Amino acid sequence: MRVLAAMSGGVDSAVAAALAVEAGHDVVGVHMALSRNRDQFRTGSRGCCSIEDAGDARRAADVLGIPYYVWDLSERFEETVVADFLSEYAAGRTPNPCVRCNEHIKFEALLDKATALGFDAVATGHYAQVVTRDGAGDAGDAGDAGDAGDAGGAGGTVRRELHRSPNAEKDQSYVLAVMGPQRLARAMFPLGGFTSKEQVRAEAAARGLSVSAKPDSYDICFVADGDTPGFLRDRLGSRPGEVVDVDGNVVGDHDGAYAFTVGQRKGLGLGRPAADGRARYVVDVQVQSNTVVVGPAELLSVDRVAAEKAVWFEMPGAGAGTPDAGSDWYDAELQIRAHGTPVPVQVRTTPGTPGARGAVADDGVPGLEVRLVEAPLRGVAAGQSAVIYRGTQVLGQATVTAAWRA
Amino acid sequence: MTTGSAYLDHAATTPMSPAALAAFVAEAGRTGNASSLHSAGRAARRSVEEARESLAAALGARPSEVLFTAGGTEADNLAIKGVFWGRRRTDPRRTRILVSAVEHHAVLDPAFWLAGHAGAEITLLPVDGEGRLDLAALRAELAAHADEVALVSVMWANNEVGTVQPVRDVVRLAHQHGIPVHTDAVQAVGQVEVDFAASGVDALTVTGHKLGGPLGVGALLARRDLPLEAVLHGGGQERGVRSGTLDAPAIRAFAVAVADAVDQQPERAVALAALRDALVAGVRRADPEAVLRGPEPRADGGAGGAPARLPGNAHFTFPGTEGDSLLYLLDSAGVQASTGSACQAGVPQPSHVLLAMGVPELDARGALRFTLGATSTRDDVDALLAALGQVVERARAAGLVSGPALAGGGS
Repeated sequence: MRVLAAMSGGVDSAVAAALAVEAGHDVVGVHMALSRNRDQFRTGSRGCCSIEDAGDARRAADVLGIPYYVWDLSERFEETVVADFLSEYAAGRTPNPCVRCNEHIKFEALLDKATALGFDAVATGHYAQVVTRDGAGDAGDAGDAGDAGDAGGAGGTVRRELHRSPNAEKDQSYVLAVMGPQRLARAMFPLGGFTSKEQVRAEAAARGLSVSAKPDSYDICFVADGDTPGFLRDRLGSRPGEVVDVDGNVVGDHDGAYAFTVGQRKGLGLGRPAADGRARYVVDVQVQSNTVVVGPAELLSVDRVAAEKAVWFEMPGAGAGTPDAGSDWYDAELQIRAHGTPVPVQVRTTPGTPGARGAVADDGVPGLEVRLVEAPLRGVAAGQSAVIYRGTQVLGQATVTAAWRA
Repeated sequence: MTTGSAYLDHAATTPMSPAALAAFVAEAGRTGNASSLHSAGRAARRSVEEARESLAAALGARPSEVLFTAGGTEADNLAIKGVFWGRRRTDPRRTRILVSAVEHHAVLDPAFWLAGHAGAEITLLPVDGEGRLDLAALRAELAAHADEVALVSVMWANNEVGTVQPVRDVVRLAHQHGIPVHTDAVQAVGQVEVDFAASGVDALTVTGHKLGGPLGVGALLARRDLPLEAVLHGGGQERGVRSGTLDAPAIRAFAVAVADAVDQQPERAVALAALRDALVAGVRRADPEAVLRGPEPRADGGAGGAPARLPGNAHFTFPGTEGDSLLYLLDSAGVQASTGSACQAGVPQPSHVLLAMGVPELDARGALRFTLGATSTRDDVDALLAALGQVVERARAAGLVSGPALAGGGS
C-alpha cells in the first residue's frame, strides 16, 4: 500500500512513519508547512511549525530511508484554521483549532492531495485506534500499523470504527472525531495500540531517531508564546468594553470581549472582589454589546447542550443504547474538551441546526441535542467540539451552539 | 523504489568525472600543506600551482587572476562584498550595486546583506519575458547614477531557465563609466564558450561540481587591478584575499574537470542541444499545456554565435500543478528533476526568476527544470517522456483538490 506519513518533526509521527515502513508499506514522508512567514510561528522545538521541526522531520525520514517532501499548506491553513479561530472568537465562541486542523488540513487538504497523487492512506502519529468489524459485528485487529484502505476500497461489509487510545492521557480521539467515516477509511494511526508515551520514545530510540527525547508540544502552534489574548488583539484589534455582573453592574473593563471564554476564571482583571467574596467566572460573552458577564460558578452548570453540523460514524441507537419507550433519545457519553471527562448523557439527532431550549432551525443541516442524565456539566461554551462516545467508540461529533439549564 | 534512474538535474550537481576523481584520490593520498616550505609542502604547492595554470588557461585568464575558494557561493560573496568594500574604500560615494533580478541567491543575498549592514543600495535590473537582461534599463541606471555605482553583477547564464545573458554588452556599458563587472558563470562553463579575458569582465565565478569536479571547490577569477577586500582573513593565502589552507586534492581535481569540460564543450554543446530539443518536443507532446520558460532553443544553438539558452537546460511550467507533486511523482517513476528554485527548509517558494520574468505566481508553482550534462543519454530523456503524461495528469488532479484557491470555494 502507498502510505503518506505526515511528519511534524515530533517523536510520535516519526515512530508512526517507522511502523508504517516496517509493516511493509511504500511510505513517503510529508511535512506540512503551515506558515509562509515562519518567523510568526513559535520558534524552538516544541511544536510542528518551526524550521527546526521541518529539519527534524527530514532527518527522521532519512533515517527511515523514505522520500521526504514539504507541502506548503500555509494558505489553506490561514484560510481555514486561523480564519475560523479568529471569526469564532470574534463571534464570542470558543474554537478548537486542532479540531479544525484535522478537519480541513490533515484529513482534507493533505488527504485529498495524497489520494489524488495515488496514495492509499495517510498515517499520522495520533493516539487513537481504528477497529475494523465485519458485518456480523466481530471486532478485528486494531493493528499496530493499521490497515487503512482495506475497508474503504474492498467493499463488502467491513466497517471501521474510531476508538479511544488505551493511553487515556494521550488519547486524541476527541480531536479526530470531526473527520467522519469516509476519511477514516483512508487514515492510519500506527500508534493506536501504544499505552504510553515512554513506549513510543523507546521505539524511536531503538530506531536511532534523534527526536526520541524531543519535548511534547501543547500550545496552539500558530500562537507565539501561547499568548492567545495577545494574538487575538493583534489580529482583531483592541476593542475596550465593560465587564458586568449578572445584575448589570460594571465591575471592570477589558480590551475586547472576544478574548474571553465562558467558564474562564483567570485573567479577568477585576480589581475588587465580589461583594459576597466568591470566585467569579465568565458566564456570558456578548460580542454585539462588547460585554463580558461574570457570575458565580453555579451559573455555569448546564444540563442541555445543542450542537450543529453533526458528523456520525454510527448513529446513536444503531445497534446499542437503550431508547426510552417511544423516545428518540439514546444513551451515550459526551465529552466537550480534549482532555475532559466523558459524562453519561442521552442524545438525539435534530434535522436542522439546533439552538437554545429546543429550537431547531429549518436549514436542513443536521445537528444533535444532548441531555445530561446525572450531574450537570460546567463551562460549556459555544464553538467547542462535542464528541459523542459509547464506551471507547466515537459515535459522532458536532459543534456546540448553545447550552442551558432546563 | 527506483530501478534504473534517470538523472536530469545536472544544474544541481554533476557526477564527478573519472579523471577528476582519479586526480582527487591521488592528491588526497599525499601529505602536504601548500604553504609549507619543506618538500611535502612544495609538492602540494606544485600541484596547486599547476592546477591554477591549467584552470587559467582553460578559461582565458592569467594564473595570478585565479583565487581558489570553497565553491561558487563563496566566490560570489567575495566578489560582491570584496568589490563593494574595495571600491567604497577609495570612493565612499560608491554604495550602489546593480544586479539582475534573476541572479542566484549567492549574489542577491550578499548584496542585500550589504544593504542591511553596510549602507549599500541595491538596484535590481529587470529582465524580459525570457529572462534576458534589459540593457536599456542598465544604460539608464548607469546614466543616472554612474558616480555612485560600486559594481555590476550579471550572471553568464541563468541556473533556472538557462537564459544566456548579454555579458559583453553589460561590460561595454559599465566600462564606459569605469565600473567593474562581476559575472557568475557557474552554470555556463562547459556548456557555452567562456573566456575571461575576451569577455572583458573583471571578476568571474566558477565552481567544480557543476562540471564534473568535486563539491566544495571553486574559484573567483579576478583582474589584478580590481579593488577587492578580503572576506576570509587569516594566513594570507591567495594574494591575501582568501585565507585558508589550500585544498590541494579538490583544487587539482577541479582543474582537471574544468580543462576537460572546456576542451569538450563544443561537441558536448551540440550533443546536449540535440538531446534537449528532443526533450522539449517530447514534453510538449506529453502535455500540450506545458509552457517552456526561457528562450526558445534555436536550431543553430551552440554553433557560431552564442546561443540564447544553455544547451543542457529545459524548463517548463505545467499549469494547474504544484512543483512538489511533480517532483514526487517523477521520483517515484525513477526520474530526478528539480523545481529549479531555492527552498527554505524544503518549503517550495515561487521562483524569483520566474516572477521577474512576469510569470504569474500560480503558474510559477508548477515549475520543473530538466538539466542535462556529460553523462546524459537518450534513455534518460525517454524515461522522463514515458512517465510525464501520467505524472502531469495526477499532479493536476492533486492541484485541484489542494490548491490555495478552490474553484468557487475561496474565502
